[in-house]
Amino acid sequence: MAECHPVGFQWVMEAKQRGATVFHVDPRFTRTSALADVHVPLRAGTDIALLGGLINYVLENELEFRDYVLAYTNASAIVDERFRDTEDLDGLFSGYDPQSRMYHPESWEYQGAEAAAAAGHRDMPKGKADRHGAAERTGSGGPAVSGKPDSDPTLQDPRCVYQILKRHFARYTPEMVEQICGIPQAMFRQIAEAVTRNSGRDRTTAWVYSVGWTQHTVGVQYIRTASILQLLLGNIGRPGGGILALRGHASIQGSTDIPTLFNLLPGYIPMPHAHHDEDLDAFVAEDAGSTGFWGNMRAYTVSLLKAWWGDGATAENDYRFAYLPKVSGDHGTYQTVLDQIAGTVKGYFVIGENPAVGSANTKLQRLGLANLEWLVVRDLQLIETATFWKNAPEIETGELSTDTIATEVFFLPAAAHTEKDGTFTNTQRLLQWHARAVEPRGDQRSDLWFYYHLGRRIREKLADSTDERDRPILELTWQYPTEGRLAEPNAEAVLREINGVGPDGSALSSYTQLRDDGSTACGCWIYCGCYADEINQPARRKPGSEQSWVAPEWAWAWPENRRIIYNRASADPDGRPWSERKAYVWWDADQEKWTGHDTPDFEATKAPDFDPEPGAKAQDALAGIDAFIMQTDGKAWLYVPTGLLDGPLPAHYEPQESPFGNALYGQQANPVRQTYRHPANRYHPTASEVFPFVLTTYRLTEHHTAGGMSRFLPYLSELQPEFFCEVSPELAEQRGLEHGGWATIVTARTAVEARVLVTERLRSLTVQGRTIHQVGVPYHWGANGLSTGDSGNELISAALDPNVQIPESKVATCDIVAGRRPRGPARMRLVDDYRERAGITEQTGT
Amino acid sequence: MTNQLYGPVDDVAAQAGYPDDHPERVGFFTDTSVCIGCKACEVACKEWNGVPDTDLDLLGMSYDNTGDLGANTWRHVAFVEQAQPREELVDLGMPSVGPPGGQETAEPGRDVQWLMMSDVCKHCTHAACLDVCPTGSLFRTEYGTVVVQEDICNGCGYCVPACPYGVLDLRPDDGRAWKCTLCYDRLSDGLEPACAKACPTDSIQFGTVAELRERAQERVERLRAAGVESAQLYGEDPGDGVGGDGAFFLLLDEPEVYGLPPDPVVTTRDLSSMWRHAGAAAVAAAAGIVAAFVGSRR
Repeated sequence: MAECHPVGFQWVMEAKQRGATVFHVDPRFTRTSALADVHVPLRAGTDIALLGGLINYVLENELEFRDYVLAYTNASAIVDERFRDTEDLDGLFSGYDPQSRMYHPESWEYQGAEAAAAAGHRDMPKGKADRHGAAERTGSGGPAVSGKPDSDPTLQDPRCVYQILKRHFARYTPEMVEQICGIPQAMFRQIAEAVTRNSGRDRTTAWVYSVGWTQHTVGVQYIRTASILQLLLGNIGRPGGGILALRGHASIQGSTDIPTLFNLLPGYIPMPHAHHDEDLDAFVAEDAGSTGFWGNMRAYTVSLLKAWWGDGATAENDYRFAYLPKVSGDHGTYQTVLDQIAGTVKGYFVIGENPAVGSANTKLQRLGLANLEWLVVRDLQLIETATFWKNAPEIETGELSTDTIATEVFFLPAAAHTEKDGTFTNTQRLLQWHARAVEPRGDQRSDLWFYYHLGRRIREKLADSTDERDRPILELTWQYPTEGRLAEPNAEAVLREINGVGPDGSALSSYTQLRDDGSTACGCWIYCGCYADEINQPARRKPGSEQSWVAPEWAWAWPENRRIIYNRASADPDGRPWSERKAYVWWDADQEKWTGHDTPDFEATKAPDFDPEPGAKAQDALAGIDAFIMQTDGKAWLYVPTGLLDGPLPAHYEPQESPFGNALYGQQANPVRQTYRHPANRYHPTASEVFPFVLTTYRLTEHHTAGGMSRFLPYLSELQPEFFCEVSPELAEQRGLEHGGWATIVTARTAVEARVLVTERLRSLTVQGRTIHQVGVPYHWGANGLSTGDSGNELISAALDPNVQIPESKVATCDIVAGRRPRGPARMRLVDDYRERAGITEQTGT
Repeated sequence: MTNQLYGPVDDVAAQAGYPDDHPERVGFFTDTSVCIGCKACEVACKEWNGVPDTDLDLLGMSYDNTGDLGANTWRHVAFVEQAQPREELVDLGMPSVGPPGGQETAEPGRDVQWLMMSDVCKHCTHAACLDVCPTGSLFRTEYGTVVVQEDICNGCGYCVPACPYGVLDLRPDDGRAWKCTLCYDRLSDGLEPACAKACPTDSIQFGTVAELRERAQERVERLRAAGVESAQLYGEDPGDGVGGDGAFFLLLDEPEVYGLPPDPVVTTRDLSSMWRHAGAAAVAAAAGIVAAFVGSRR
């Protein structure tokens, strides 16, 4: 965190000042480790084993926050008798179909909620093409299961979630953690004691993670494991608790809220599917009938359609639902790249991203770029993605030739954040307005300018079109006021459109005002209220010293300016704070409403003892203790009966590439991970002697992601001038690597060269009785800019998490040898030689 | 008032001749125990002061590719990697909860420490650079800081060996001496120096030297009480060889570990006695010569 989010890390330092204990779990010793109380080095890709060990420690010793768990989680829910756990099936859950390599999740469902589960199918796999968007939707609440399951509040029923958890995690012992992660048992116990001791009525523990947890073939399940631990300890919805995602880039949270993802519409509404979401009724069917706030999905969707198609969207024409783009399968980045290579994707916009350096298996990316008809790159600098046609590594190796690349590349200079108005949404869902400080120079333009004027010009060109397919574009609401010399669209007008307006045209203040009758319009339902009272709420800047410690008047957080979501859980079932020390929101019996330091994330006047009418819908179906209001059952899910593609519980699987077999189960890796068979994307066999070392990639404070914002700046480049790798003294000795010298790192994808830093900060670990060495590689470099070098991500394969299509960039296996890599065609001959020696075929690892 | 070359000085600006209503002396307290090595200070300094960029050179000195302070580096973050055989796991002082059975394993590994420290011009109470400067380019400001006026500097370089910390340096392409000004221009506008402003963890604290000395004392006592026995202040003592620094530090190891001189002494400390001795020697020599001639007449 200090390494990649130095500004945010000041708050960790402040917490430490106040007595917090900081553990840092990371394969390498970073600037964060330097300031932490304890650095916990572990083998990259084994965090589920560590977290599972902690869960087992909690359950084994009955250290869970029992009152919290009983009231707010699904611990007591009874699971279908057909369910079989990894315990029974050696690492698989019931419902696995080896043919399609997918799960049929019917047996994972709750007992007593079967009917609802059937409705839940829309988001679950029907076939490979249909399975996307399900998990992303849980960015704002769980998938639908209507009705309450059978339950056992004594938690004794062997099929209740609590007992299933207990059995499932029983084998995650401290010994096993040591065997898998290389974390000594004494150190494990130190973490376990600190975390459990620091959780409960009076204390809370927070976990902070970044892509070290997500970029794995089991990335979603990493976060699930942390969620289970935090829920058992009562650390969700309470001050000082939570699981905090550090984003890799400013406003990445914003770009999932108002998504740049193919499978989502704004506010985590899933992108409709071309075949089974043929009209609005079909699209919202399962949610409209369900409970919790997602039961209002029709209102959210109709309001979105009204924002986009205005007066033209009416009940008679289904609010122009048919105008929405639809998905027909996997349109994620990596599938798109393969489609480019196959020639079915012909044009590509790359905005503020440098896939030729930043993505896993960058060669695959460039092969795709080289097979396009046109490519638009908008960036601050002339990044490698824009110049691949002349200086891709493949030009030197002879795999590509400038003469034969037909892609027409348009490079459009972009304005920086200091040159435009807008918001950043940070990890705690805080929208913060930033004002333009200077005008962009030359041809530089803001993204808002670009999209607005592109849309305007396209609409002008289509103005006379009678083609039915052009109607969605021609009928869009596309009237934004522009200002200044550049005709810059007014960003506040866009924010106001996102906020939404009521029947009288004035700004709405809450998503609860949204209606499904076309009387309201809202560009993103969770952002509704950010322009309440016609005021740009994210622009608020009241200093912390002039308001309460929750600081509700600094900027604006979704939803409804709540700084901690699900904060009903900060009070006990009767509505009293769990402790004075951790008081946050509570039920005021005299005034008969929820009150506290933050906006209560609960219906303001719903009493703790409220019991819903049978058959009630949406939020009316939630009881006064159902704190997790986005969930259909109002409970936090320790066990996920529907919505995930790789199992209702996390299990430790080895990464796609690992030097070890899975010590826990016969099943080696996530059985439903996504792999791609392509000659440029070969995988290593497990425990390959040819690729004996663990490879992990990471960032440095001095550079920014794929380098577009740092490698071109002298003051940053001089601070980290060259691509390097980090190795332990033991590995350096074993491979004859010299500090300051050169090393060549080889995988089945390619070979790269890096300067060597020999450092004790990178530790060799003892795993399953063997010493395992890890090679650390920052991934910032490429051919352009001031500070240049090979790119670490050349080494990584494209193997994805099945739920969200994130690549496993954080771990692979590799070899490392002293000296520089071969030049020209000899580079790939070296790789071919490695492939041959390792016996790699197109089937390997898939 | 005579210009004192050594020993504690109560009011360094007054000694330099500023009237009584001059501002209080200001400086830096750099607390390395909270430094995260982000180098924001280095970048902010260069941005604000327009300091030229330097060569791209991987030095292999941990994450330090700046090397040292110089004409083109007015803030420098040092990175010191240390490793020693692992001691017993630290007890975090929390009541233990009954652990499950199982045996502890002995870990043969080594404990790693990574020290980071943002170094800067010390703005000494007795600044030899200033004393030796023949043009008056180096001067004491009303804030008690030491600044080079680049339009007066003639590039003689006397200040370079005079500095006991090796801070002063000549820019090769223009021959003049450059160093930290403690953002003299920002001080005049009521702003804190750029490095302190940019520091996310308040490792670099700006303030009056009097207040910073108190803060430093409190901090070091607090750290020692918490068991960090190696915590020590560096440069805060008015009784030291430079009369105390305007920019001082809290270190977590000996000064040498960070590349700092353990016991700096202002190089002009003995200037007056040197002149006295030189004078005496000259007189003696002259007397000898006279005596010789007198003798020869005999």
